[in-house]
Amino acid sequence: MSANGLSDVERIKAASRRLRGTLAKSLVDPVTGALAEDDTQLSKFHGIYQQDDRDVRSERKRQRLEPAYSFMIRARVPGGVLTPVQWLNMDRIANTYANGTVRLTTRQAIQLHGVIKWRLKETIAAINEGLMDTLAACGDVNRNVMAPPLPQLSALHREVHQHAEALSARLTPATRAYHEIWLDGKKLDSGAAEKEPIYGDTYLPRKFKSTFAIPPQNDVDVYSQDLGFIAISEAGRLAGFNVTVGGGMGMSHGEPDTYPRLADVLGFCAPGDVLEVAEAVVTTQRDFGDRGNRKHARLKYTIEDRGIAWFRDQVTARSGVVLQAPRPFRFVGNGDVYGWQQDDSGLWHYTLFVENGRVADAGGVDLLAGLRAIAGTHTGEFRLTPNQNLIISNVSDDARAPIDALLAEHGIGNTIRASALRLHSMACVGMPTCGLAMAESERYLPALVDRLERLVKANGLEAVPITIRMTGCPNGCARPYIAEIGLVGKGPGRYNLYLGAGFAGERLNSLHLENADEDDIVGALSPLLQDYASSRGDAERFGDFLVRTGVVREVRAGREFHAAARD
Amino acid sequence: MSTLAADSIALPLDAQQLGELQRAVAGLAPAQLTWVSGYVAGLAAADGGRTAPAAPPGETLTVLYGSQTGNGQTIAERLAERARDQGYATNLVSLADYKPANLKRETLLTLVVSTHGEGDPPDDAELFHEFVLSDRAPKLAKLRYAVLALGDSSYSNFCQTGRDFDTRLAELGGERVQPLVECDLDYEDAAAAWAENVLAELPELLKPAESPLPRLRAVKNVATFDKSNPFPAEVLANQKITAADSSKDVRHIELSLEGSGLRYEPGDSLAVIVHNPPQLVSEFLNELGLDAEEAVTVGSESLPLRQALDEKLEITAANQGFLRAWAGFSGANELSKLVEPGNNAALARFLETHQIIDVVRKYSARISAETFVGSLRKLSPRSYSIASSPAANPDEVHLTVAAVRYEALGRPHWGAASTHLADRVAEGDSVRVFVEPNPRFRLPSDDTPIIMIGPGTGVAPFRAFIEERVERGATGRNWLFFGDRTFRNDFLYQLEWLRHRKNGHLDRLDVAFSRDRGSKVYVQHRLRENARDIYGWLDEGAVIYVCGDAKHMAGDVHDALIEIIAAQAGRNRDDAERRLKELRRAGRYQRDVY
Ligand code: SRM
Ligand SMILES: Cc1cc2nc3c(=O)[nH]c(=O)nc-3n(C[C@H](O)[C@H](O)[C@H](O)COP(=O)(O)OP(=O)(O)OC[C@H]3O[C@@H](n4cnc5c(N)ncnc54)[C@H](O)[C@@H]3O)c2cc1C
Ligand SMILES: Cc1cc2nc3c(=O)[nH]c(=O)nc-3n(C[C@H](O)[C@H](O)[C@H](O)COP(=O)(O)O)c2cc1C
Ligand code: SF4
Repeated sequence: MSANGLSDVERIKAASRRLRGTLAKSLVDPVTGALAEDDTQLSKFHGIYQQDDRDVRSERKRQRLEPAYSFMIRARVPGGVLTPVQWLNMDRIANTYANGTVRLTTRQAIQLHGVIKWRLKETIAAINEGLMDTLAACGDVNRNVMAPPLPQLSALHREVHQHAEALSARLTPATRAYHEIWLDGKKLDSGAAEKEPIYGDTYLPRKFKSTFAIPPQNDVDVYSQDLGFIAISEAGRLAGFNVTVGGGMGMSHGEPDTYPRLADVLGFCAPGDVLEVAEAVVTTQRDFGDRGNRKHARLKYTIEDRGIAWFRDQVTARSGVVLQAPRPFRFVGNGDVYGWQQDDSGLWHYTLFVENGRVADAGGVDLLAGLRAIAGTHTGEFRLTPNQNLIISNVSDDARAPIDALLAEHGIGNTIRASALRLHSMACVGMPTCGLAMAESERYLPALVDRLERLVKANGLEAVPITIRMTGCPNGCARPYIAEIGLVGKGPGRYNLYLGAGFAGERLNSLHLENADEDDIVGALSPLLQDYASSRGDAERFGDFLVRTGVVREVRAGREFHAAARD
Repeated sequence: MSTLAADSIALPLDAQQLGELQRAVAGLAPAQLTWVSGYVAGLAAADGGRTAPAAPPGETLTVLYGSQTGNGQTIAERLAERARDQGYATNLVSLADYKPANLKRETLLTLVVSTHGEGDPPDDAELFHEFVLSDRAPKLAKLRYAVLALGDSSYSNFCQTGRDFDTRLAELGGERVQPLVECDLDYEDAAAAWAENVLAELPELLKPAESPLPRLRAVKNVATFDKSNPFPAEVLANQKITAADSSKDVRHIELSLEGSGLRYEPGDSLAVIVHNPPQLVSEFLNELGLDAEEAVTVGSESLPLRQALDEKLEITAANQGFLRAWAGFSGANELSKLVEPGNNAALARFLETHQIIDVVRKYSARISAETFVGSLRKLSPRSYSIASSPAANPDEVHLTVAAVRYEALGRPHWGAASTHLADRVAEGDSVRVFVEPNPRFRLPSDDTPIIMIGPGTGVAPFRAFIEERVERGATGRNWLFFGDRTFRNDFLYQLEWLRHRKNGHLDRLDVAFSRDRGSKVYVQHRLRENARDIYGWLDEGAVIYVCGDAKHMAGDVHDALIEIIAAQAGRNRDDAERRLKELRRAGRYQRDVY
């Protein structure tokens, strides 16, 4: 914290001239693959994270070489929808500038890893040429806006999607810095002349995430987001939205003042009020969020500290919208539904299982090449899901067979026949790129699931969906605290095991085992799965079962998350 | 051997005694000084047996910290600030910046350190931790210390790093002034209490700060080690400093000169006496069908053939004399022709591409062991530019060695000395060395700007130069041109250059990597790009240094400098060449190329 009680990032933002900082200079400094320290904060607003290959970090230090720096680039994909041409462009960029893989994220965006500093500018330019961008994919602003990808009800889906795009546009920062630095846009005479009408000089105190949801599927995990709009359809028409606020996952080990929190339902608004309500939520957080302590700066703490009633008043006063009482709705699950499905307009959609979101050609599954081939012929859309999967969308009857053939040819066709456990697994990126990882995640979960699959099979549960999510640290990028089995990295090979969340993402889980290694994890789950198999109720979910049988305490609110574990 | 360390020591004289001593030795020549130092050492030795007084109060409190998320750093900063406020000379250093070699000079030290990973030190403490726990760690008889460990008791290796240090410092001879304190996540109160306790002890342990007297350097008197009597220097470190993916293997070698009395200056080289690659010795024995144990004569010595090939004779680089002899043994016309007068170009090409073993394989001959040995040269010491400043690294000398290993004619080849250093000596082994002074490669006065051009291992002496200038507080500006194959894998000492740049000790740093982009870029290209500024620096009296490859680089750089002078001064090439010669004569263009 600096002298005036503001966090260091606040100083950097304030001095940045609308996110310019010294980025342009950092990019051409030839003696380091890194940016100047302050610029590493600013680059995030441009969708760019400085990282280093942690597999060689200590070896390189010994070698008196700086870390093997490279950059992760996150491209925004509002609502997760992109065209085959956009996909092909990302695929080409991944192979030309990045590490040859495309990473689908838990928020329907795309990440590229391993871009070196000298090629950053070309890469960003190429992404923009492909009609995508990276501005505000990260940073203290509203991030990629999520929306449910699977359009069983095509008209409703299209309408919700339009809202998502409008919200995304409304909350995009106005600064020209992005164009100046990456696209050689004309420089404004002075950065200070630009208006940033919603965000102001120092943007938000912290990241901000919003989503739309369409019941009965909670695939977007609406309760984990700062701001959510749950579509309420009445008589087949969009009546409006239940507004949710104050969700978030991130916490720090050993700091009980930080905790995951599920969003509150604030009230109901008409479709025409979405943008006003959203802006009011954002500006309230802008003005009242904690700018001194970044670990306490998310909207969830603002609401926790000041109360939901106070917050509702702010939103009403700022938007002029009086929220109505929430309307009823029901969620049944937060996973994806795999394989071919037909929407009400007759078009087909194929949901593909992409283990942990990594699109690559590896292990006999040529996912990247396969999708390239499909994108070459496909006339519909690709949709990214919040569970890191991909949907080949808007396929006509006669186009199905050729796509099936391409899937089979590239060894992709069978991936959705994995165990229900694997199909409901998710891991964050973690090592070796994520600078915050304390343990393996994406590289390790598949192997752990291999072992757990044996247990599941032994108990006849291979077709029973159980959500399992792993993250390399407590930040919770794969939303592990709303998984029936949550694994959160503590140190190399060590995880905290959380159990008992709701299958539809409606209840947090609770700490069951601390600092567990693989044997501990398998050892703890083995009897529980056995009990579950033998004495579960009709259609009873694993998480519900564990709460009912008292294995873990029900967590009713984020602030009780740690207390529930203690007794 | 003298018991005095060669670095600065706590001054045991009062101001008057010091003055008298300084008057007495004023004006003495170096040789006389050496004699006097021996004389004085003799007096001290005669006075031996008197036990040293209990450790005198130290002068400085060193406050070290190893911290990942800043907790330990804050604690250390607060402690240092309070000690300073109370008038004690206090030195606050992150372990990332702390030279392990300084440890043996410390008298009072506090260490705040956390534990991360699975009982691992925080990143900034990693190297120091490794050093202190290794066999290389020095005895610390003068040290008094206190360790504060930060941790989280939910981990099985609670406060491991702090425990490691606390135990190890005691093992090395240090004396605890406070017992180890282990803090859990709620560290604040325990940490504050620990700091209070440390502060309360300071009046006992430290002299209050006063106006500093000039520090004396201890002088040593020992038999001098030289070429005929090389010093067996212990290897302190043998660290590869090119990345795993590099096409090269460059080593940073640290040797101990402790007890040798050897002295050097930045710019000097170190000569190393080595053994030949054992694989190569065996290849010769096989190829020639000779008995390894057969006695042969080298000079006046009689010894087994294997030993002669191992340590007495040059068996890698071929030379004309050998080719001539081998042409005789083998009767190979091709060889005889090569060594005839007038075939210089072909001979040079042949020598560049063939080692002795290649000749022996290609042109077979049956000869006796004695005859073979008679055709070989004595194994000569190899020189390496010294990469360290003695002021910054007392009792140590560092080298930057590129291992010569390559494939040719379908077989692996080795350089003798470079692979000896890279592959065949480990920490704790010793290497025979002597110093080769190089008075023609010297730093100028402290306020003179310098331009250093050192691609590849040519950068070695410039590491010494910068270290030395930092130690001296030199004000002259420093500009380094470095080049190698790739930025990511071959940027020798990158972290050090970045640190010097950040601290304002390296004003400019330009790099050229030849294999990163389509077109090859070398240091001479960077020189041309910076023509105006180089000329500007020259105008301000800068000295230019070039070190490294003699075959191509030195000439290319030389040409670039001529061009720069010609273009910037608006002169013709001859004039520019003359100007560069003048600079050379004036000692403002110095080269050390090989
Ligand atoms: C890629 C992705 C995980 C994945 O496997 O898909 C991801 C990856 C990272 N997250 Fe995340 N987060 C991702 C979704 C999430 C989510 C899930 C969500 O939003 O639905 C969360 C939990 C929800 C929340 O925000 O509370 C999440 C909470 C965090 C946090 C903790 C934030 C907090 O306020 O507590 C951090 C660290 C921070 O912000 O300080 C973080 C930071 C990071 C960074 C950028 C690490 C960093 O700051 O240096 C990770 C980059 C790793 C890498 O090498 O790629 N990420 N991150 C997801 C990208 C989403 C996107 O497209 O925008
Ligand atoms: C003043 C001075 C300073 C020096 N400073 C350094 C320094 O700081 N760092 C450093 O690494 N070296 C330095 N050298 C060079 C060093 O002294 C040695 O010459 C070098 O290490 C090679 O010695 P060696 O014994 O390993 O190889 P040798 O046993 O001498 O063998 C070298 C032989 O291999 C051949 N050869 C080498 N590479 C190839 C190739 N790619 N293809 C075909 N043939 C090849 C050569 O022609 C030669 O025949 C310096 C030299 C001098 C004179
Ligand atoms: C870098 C370097 C290059 C050398 N080049 C040659 C050479 O081209 N021809 C030669 O006969 N000797 C060469 N030598 C050998 C030296 O002339 C030889 O070591 C000599 O003893 C050096 O004498 P000095 O110390 O008086 O300069 C070279 C030595 C070094 C270190
Ligand atoms: S959860 Fe932690 S380790 Fe995983 S990607 Fe997010 S920040 Fe990195």
